[in-house]
Amino acid sequence: MEKMIKLIIDKKQVEVPQGTTILEAAKGIGIDIPTLCYMNLGDMGIEHNPGGCRICVVEVEGRRNLAPSCNTKCGDGMVINTHNIRVLNARKTVMELMLSDHPFDCLVCAKSGNCDLQSMAQQLGVRELHYKGEQSTYKVDYSPSIIRDMDKCIMCRRCETMCNEVQTVGALSAVNRGFQSVVAPAFEMDLEKSVCTYCGQCVAVCPTGALTEKDHTNQLIRDLADAKKTVVVQTAPAVRAALGEEFGMEPGTLVTGKMVAALRQLGFDSVFDTDFAADLTIMEEGTELLDRLKKHLDGDKNVKLPILTSCCPAWVNFFEHHFPDMKEIPSTARSPQQMFGPIAKNYLAKEMGIKREDMIVVSIMPCLAKKYECQRDEFKVDGDPDVNYSITTRELANLIKQANMDFKTLPDEEFDNPMGESTGAGVIFGTTGGVIEAAARTAYEVYTGKTLEKVDFEALRGMEGIRSATVDFDGLPLNIGIAHGLGNARKLLEDIRDGKSHYHAIEIMACPGGCIGGGGQPLHHGDSSILKKRAAALYREDAGKAIRKSHENPYIIKLYEEFLGKPCGELSHKLLHTHYFDKSNDIEIE
Amino acid sequence: MAKIKLAKSKVEKLVEICKSFDNKGSELINVLHKAQETFGYLPAEVQETIARELNVSVAHVYGVVTFYSFFSMVPKGEFPISICMGTACYVRGAEKVLEEFKRQLNVPVGETTEDGKFSISCLRCVGACGLAPVVTVGERVYGRVSAGDVADIIKEYQK
Repeated sequence: MEKMIKLIIDKKQVEVPQGTTILEAAKGIGIDIPTLCYMNLGDMGIEHNPGGCRICVVEVEGRRNLAPSCNTKCGDGMVINTHNIRVLNARKTVMELMLSDHPFDCLVCAKSGNCDLQSMAQQLGVRELHYKGEQSTYKVDYSPSIIRDMDKCIMCRRCETMCNEVQTVGALSAVNRGFQSVVAPAFEMDLEKSVCTYCGQCVAVCPTGALTEKDHTNQLIRDLADAKKTVVVQTAPAVRAALGEEFGMEPGTLVTGKMVAALRQLGFDSVFDTDFAADLTIMEEGTELLDRLKKHLDGDKNVKLPILTSCCPAWVNFFEHHFPDMKEIPSTARSPQQMFGPIAKNYLAKEMGIKREDMIVVSIMPCLAKKYECQRDEFKVDGDPDVNYSITTRELANLIKQANMDFKTLPDEEFDNPMGESTGAGVIFGTTGGVIEAAARTAYEVYTGKTLEKVDFEALRGMEGIRSATVDFDGLPLNIGIAHGLGNARKLLEDIRDGKSHYHAIEIMACPGGCIGGGGQPLHHGDSSILKKRAAALYREDAGKAIRKSHENPYIIKLYEEFLGKPCGELSHKLLHTHYFDKSNDIEIE
Repeated sequence: MAKIKLAKSKVEKLVEICKSFDNKGSELINVLHKAQETFGYLPAEVQETIARELNVSVAHVYGVVTFYSFFSMVPKGEFPISICMGTACYVRGAEKVLEEFKRQLNVPVGETTEDGKFSISCLRCVGACGLAPVVTVGERVYGRVSAGDVADIIKEYQK
């Protein structure tokens, strides 16, 4: 039995287990102490409570100083005041001091309206600033995916927790001390030169405008207005499960049809689905898996297993930086985004009778790393990217608002064909476990020659960070591993390196929850129930599809017949596969 | 990790230092102390090597190096000059002495002259308050220093 402790908070008796913080104890009786640097990612087991910002201070009677409630444990007999005049004045002063070193460009800041600092200043009733002091002046750091404007950093250090503890990437650390302290990559180099994977989880938790995505909406508006260009769009599966949240809809509301209608109204010439390319990915990746598996079973020692999925660009960046010795293990199949690009520009453009250079391919992604992926040299032809650029779910929501659409009342519309047709397998790519389930549906039928009666592999679903399941391939037990969050991926990779892995195939997604929890999604503020609702939405869309196996997509079948030949054939290899780089020597020191 | 630009012997020495602390990440500060003692300072390459050996991120190592003023990323001069900024020295004019060193050597605090001869740093109390203001050059201590003495002190080492 854990020891219980009695204390009084705001004149209310409360009993809590030993070890409970004042913040949690207060929450339990309906007292919502304001916090700023604090972050609680319940399901991930991560509680970030450095007690750095001092907004959550409370008065503990008998103590000389106010105590930060987020990391002060309850003591027996404590008498706590959470909102007397001393506490309120202290909070206000702390906020004013913080604001004295913060730029006043709220009106034009990317985070305005969604900024924790701004809303906390409002909540605390700050109407005047009594302190004028030195202001930080850092150079803004522009990377292909993430923009760092450290003048806006309040040193909450949430980004550090995401980067180091959840993702184990180690790109960011607090450096220097006192007024000069700031969160930065090693040697204060640009993010682009660091080990950053662009997963964007730091952006997703940043309470201010210090970390934001590189915004491509202006470029998109210009391209849509250019009559000479044919602008086609692809939408990733996770977007439809979260976009509605930006318009006040319940998390988990599927807005596929409204999203298609909105994109058409924005002026895209064709509205396609990345899910189509996800089906294509399964054809290529699944074929590669079976090929490696067969060789392995035949005793070929040169074949490496497990095969790892390669759809997630942050994950690709991660192993290129941290596990370059294992770069031969992931599938060579490009991500769906990067399969869509070359098919659109080499096949569709011809069908449409337009030149490659006159086609602009835009993607809507839940992801920041996708922005970088578009720019990788191996995905360009004579300098022209296969996918010109990607915008996030959040950027799309802003565009829809700018275009004066009442999103909630838009009529549902259908994707265009041929590249808008997808199966249920393509839809579930957006959640952890979905890619490997999609692959299993196709690989089972190809390997066994039998029809898969039950397409739902429940064992592969869920939100646990690392999951494993054995799928019966007609007598062959196939061991499948799943990891989401790069910290979890690291554990599986270290097992492989140590020869302890028993998996045949592993799916890895960089973001907790998979793409539904991507760095470009509407902010979920650490509420993992939102992620579960988004995942459920994708499984719902999958269940409602007439076709649920990638290899049965009629337009995929047609694409192979008319253009590609066979999966992993010569043309497929040229257009749909890639190779990886050892980036462990990539850091430049200046 | 960056391409290691250090000489092989230096890398080996670092590997040895890290090993003497069981390559534990928690021993980072001790490793940095030892490395600075060995090399005189902690250039980026040294930090990269230590990060690799201790299996911690380079950003973390750099964070620690920049947090503690004891650690330096620039090589100290052949004759490191330290001006005491403790209370006693300060009230007896240490700041003017410091300004004079900075002016005559034309380097800011924490940096080294181009010829590598002198570096300037500040310290807090050497326990000789009766001699305030105090300046040390290497191991040698100068007491009751005034701005007027600065040129003579520098001259001693320029021969």
